[in-house]
Amino acid sequence: MGINGKSYIVGIYEHPCRAALDKTLPQLHAEIAKGALADAGLSKDDVDAYFCAGDAPGLGPINMIEYMGLNNVRHMDSTETGGSSYIVHVNHAAQAIAAGHCNVALITLAGRPVADAKEGKPVRYYNQQAPDFPFEMPYGPNVTNMYAMCAMRHMYEYGTTSEQLAWIKVAASHHAQHNEHARLRDVVTVEDVVNSPMIADPLHRLDCCVITDGGGGIVMVSPEVAKSLKRTRVKVLGAGEAPKHLAAGQVDLTYSGARWSGPKAFAEAGVTPAEIKYASVYDSFTITVLETLEDLGFCKKGEGGKFVSDGNLISGVGKLPFNTDGGGLCNNHPGNRGGMTKVLEAVRQVRGEAHPKVQVRNCDIALAHGTGGLLGSRMGSATVILGNEDA
Amino acid sequence: MNADQKNKINLVVNSETKPYWEGAAKRQLLIRACNACGKVHHYPRTICPHCFSDDTAFVEASGNGVIYSYSVTRQAKPPYVIAYVELDEGVAMLTNIIGCEIDKIRIGQKVRVEFSEAGDGYALPVFTSA
Ligand SMILES: [Zn+2]
Repeated sequence: MGINGKSYIVGIYEHPCRAALDKTLPQLHAEIAKGALADAGLSKDDVDAYFCAGDAPGLGPINMIEYMGLNNVRHMDSTETGGSSYIVHVNHAAQAIAAGHCNVALITLAGRPVADAKEGKPVRYYNQQAPDFPFEMPYGPNVTNMYAMCAMRHMYEYGTTSEQLAWIKVAASHHAQHNEHARLRDVVTVEDVVNSPMIADPLHRLDCCVITDGGGGIVMVSPEVAKSLKRTRVKVLGAGEAPKHLAAGQVDLTYSGARWSGPKAFAEAGVTPAEIKYASVYDSFTITVLETLEDLGFCKKGEGGKFVSDGNLISGVGKLPFNTDGGGLCNNHPGNRGGMTKVLEAVRQVRGEAHPKVQVRNCDIALAHGTGGLLGSRMGSATVILGNEDA
Repeated sequence: MNADQKNKINLVVNSETKPYWEGAAKRQLLIRACNACGKVHHYPRTICPHCFSDDTAFVEASGNGVIYSYSVTRQAKPPYVIAYVELDEGVAMLTNIIGCEIDKIRIGQKVRVEFSEAGDGYALPVFTSA
């Protein structure tokens, strides 16, 4: 039993804040839930399924359902795959709706790393019980150097350059200038990126995403509920999820789990990469986008550098408009988890409600992809393909 | 550990990792081999991730390998080099490259294991130019 056409996204909300000093974590979740339900034209009592990930406090759904007073929940899911969790949740919500387990699913993400740092709260520490921890942490891995090693190897095998990676940031910045909420709104050039300070070779500061507070939410419903609502509905056409890891020591850093999640999603949706009018691609770093685009089949493996160059990802300029909200590189990466905002902008594009300067014409089919964890070791990859009513 | 600093090493010594660290203390780089399927793996597990047999044991690696990939964490003081080294035995491990001119490090470079002090008599396998 597939999910194609069996559920719709009818409500979305992106919290406008980028620093949440005056808000608690559960409060952010609740504000986001309220915003997403209002967008759908539904109330909290309509919600019969709730989804959240590791960003939610306590036992996740248990605590948040109580806090928000979601009194009619009969289906819960707290799948945690890092920043891609919310794209996995879209898939799981679609499955649950298709199976008749629920009719109105709410997904929320919230985070306040900026506020937590200002308040001197300890960063959530990577689990010491994880089996890889003893053999990796002594060497000083961090988010940037672990992605940097992927870029270094990709450059070695395929001749990818820093200038090509920079084009990904340039495209995101072109889009972010139109987003009033974006953390970084200045348009940057390839030179700006390659001349920014080196953080971990070969990644420069402008190859890295922003750190922001806030979050986002999604409301998904059955076709029957969708038809009863006034909101433009966005159909879930297909989805895929896949783990990728170090394979017992057979390390290959030149590809991501998108190599497996992508084909599953395309097959279920019955579309090809060439039919995708807009793509939200997880952009924790520029290299994340480059490897993902190859793995999803938008170009051949190794040709990502050429593909992203010369504005090919800029809406109205290139062949594959991406991250038209400015993405994680410029707009928002709430709680260090970028999967949610990827879905939100894909929904705006299919609705025709992206900023007019970046709206893709006749955007009938869009894709959103997430990479959770670390591209340089182990990750959860998730892909979803969305379409309008006729798709 | 914060985002940029490579601070004091805290080894996790438990029933599954202890022999590995005891080997390192004796300047031996150990990897785990499976007697059932004949394959090696890293990081070490008691049950083979290839064939799920529990007939596994530590064996000493040659300590020779090549750099698969690396990065220099420039903001740390001093900057340090993180790398995956492919051992001659066919598995790759996360490690540090030490004792080399940082800007001359290259993918494909031959390296050999060394051991840096990790406190409490333990040592950490790291790599340097072969
Ligand atoms: Zn085996």
